[in-house]
Amino acid sequence: MLEIKNLHVKLEEEDKVILKGVDLTVEAGKVHAIMGPNGSGKSTLSYVLSGRGGYEVTGGSATLDGAELLDMEPEERAAAGLFLAFQYPVEIPGVGNMTFLRTAVNAQRKARGEPEVSAAEFLKLVRAQAKLLNIDAEMLKRPVNVGFSGGEKKRNEILQMAMLEPRMCILDETDSGLDVDAMRLVADGVNALRDGKRGFLVITHYQRLLDHIKPDVVHIMADGRIIKTGGPELAREVEENGYADILAEVQ
Amino acid sequence: MAAPKPRSDLRAELTAARLAALDLPQGGFTAPARADALARLQAMGLPTRRDEYWKYTDPTALTAADASPAAVLVDAEAPVFEAIDRLKIVFVDGVFDAAASDDLSLEGLEISRLAEAGDIHWAQGLYGTLEAKGQIPVARPLAVLNSAAATDGVLIRVTGRVSKPVELIYRHMSEASDAILHHFVKIEPQADVTVLESGPGASRFNTVMEVDLGAHASFHHIRVQGRDHHRRAVTHVFARIASEATFKSFTLTMNGALTRNEAVLDIVGDHATAHIAGATVGDAKTVPFHQDDTVFVTHAGTHCESRQVFKKVLKNGATGVFQGKILVKPGAQKTDGYQISQALLLDGDSQFLAKPELEIYADDVKCSHGSTSGAIDDTALFYLRSRGVPLAEAQALLVLSFLGDAIAEIEDADIAEAITARLEAWLARRR
Repeated sequence: MLEIKNLHVKLEEEDKVILKGVDLTVEAGKVHAIMGPNGSGKSTLSYVLSGRGGYEVTGGSATLDGAELLDMEPEERAAAGLFLAFQYPVEIPGVGNMTFLRTAVNAQRKARGEPEVSAAEFLKLVRAQAKLLNIDAEMLKRPVNVGFSGGEKKRNEILQMAMLEPRMCILDETDSGLDVDAMRLVADGVNALRDGKRGFLVITHYQRLLDHIKPDVVHIMADGRIIKTGGPELAREVEENGYADILAEVQ
Repeated sequence: MAAPKPRSDLRAELTAARLAALDLPQGGFTAPARADALARLQAMGLPTRRDEYWKYTDPTALTAADASPAAVLVDAEAPVFEAIDRLKIVFVDGVFDAAASDDLSLEGLEISRLAEAGDIHWAQGLYGTLEAKGQIPVARPLAVLNSAAATDGVLIRVTGRVSKPVELIYRHMSEASDAILHHFVKIEPQADVTVLESGPGASRFNTVMEVDLGAHASFHHIRVQGRDHHRRAVTHVFARIASEATFKSFTLTMNGALTRNEAVLDIVGDHATAHIAGATVGDAKTVPFHQDDTVFVTHAGTHCESRQVFKKVLKNGATGVFQGKILVKPGAQKTDGYQISQALLLDGDSQFLAKPELEIYADDVKCSHGSTSGAIDDTALFYLRSRGVPLAEAQALLVLSFLGDAIAEIEDADIAEAITARLEAWLARRR
């Protein structure tokens, strides 16, 4: 479903190469995890896939169901079915969370040539999803992420993911800043979306998130490349021994 | 070669030429106040760019003997306050339109027209007094001109709680119109009124609204200035705010070649509240856009709170100006004064000129001010787009988000909604 081939990326403003040939394929229905030390290029990969500015692709490709993502605007990628759960969700004062969600859902439907969801129908859908994520009605009324706790922000990301029903979900360090209970809630939300067709790319530093969202495949990323790929046991290896052994082994 | 004329002569000539083009009203209860204003204007003279508070805004179009014509906007939008139950008072190019207006009687209010008030009126001894007081320490000559030359306006005395807002509707129908209106609103102690204003008024429009709030009185003012691109307007609000009274004013400015909104708020009592806010959106793509908020808040009482919240969105070479001052007089202890002015510059051609001032003569006060200008936040824009919101729609959402703090100053939810709808429509037309 998601196919990344030999992806090379540098910063737009400086001569700094971040991704040095990433190859990665996420099949439909599978959960892939990317782990790696700080500065290995994990977050850059998620940003480049979703179309954030400031990066220059110098080589390679990234396709979703055969369509080249790298040629699309961020909103086109979203309409094509890509979703990025942000590591640091952005606060948008003055825009109600519900308004934001409905604008996003309807914009995507419009882009795909589907009819818009009515306000009443939307409200029903949101409330049902919000309940599953323990998001109260007050949080839906408040401006997007403003005054939300770290856990609330991450739950709000998962709520957006659930409402937008993407084909391919990228979670960028969704576990950062979460306590155990909040992490479980978020993981439950993600697991509820695992339907055998949707693909997931879970970026994380720690194995603990992967205890809750069980990956099919684990990749280790270092210095802008995937250096090792394996099953869930690879994540446990990292947890026990750190990255040093793997790095040494590869070199 | 003849020596250049001294500046004072030029100012006097400018003033004389403007006055010569006017047909000054005669007689009536305002006669002494008008004579006084005329004398003050002749002594003071009309403003020029050399005056400190006109440095950022060229007053020439406002002081010229004749007004420049302004095309009348053919507008498909419904009136902004259509959904609000209100008492309508309509002026067309500055002339009262009885047929279009509602009956002027409403419980808790006495409304009369300035042009029709006879020789004796409750506003006698009040007309022009707050304007005159507001000339110190900064002169506001166009308000003095207004007091001398206003042809009409409303005199509103509020004696109780009024069931619905009063709206002053200013229609612009003639390209050649040049109108001067002067209103006086007296709110008796405990009384409460909401005054709405909407419309461009005229090709050139000069208004003064004097508002006298008694103890525990409350005044809510929401104004939407007309969108006619070429119109020029100078407006003035002079308020005297007594103990425990509440004054709240909000203005939405969209389009207009020149708009100068002056507010002089004088808090004379204790435990009073004065909020003034403005949201401005200007796009100078086809017609220049220049909008200026000049605000002067004086704290003379103790335990009073004042807030100034001004937000401007500027595009394609538009100019925004903010000159805001908080003056805390000796003895005005426990003052809580706040001022924020911010511009969102949608390109590199637009500019925001801000002059925040604090002058404090009491030692136990809390006063803060801030002024910023910047572009749309890239991270927020990406966040919205990553959720599928198209670029133009995402920008519009962030513009509304930016203006949110100013709109939040409107207490009535229905009115705030009407204002937001106007802004959304303006933004949608520019996608």
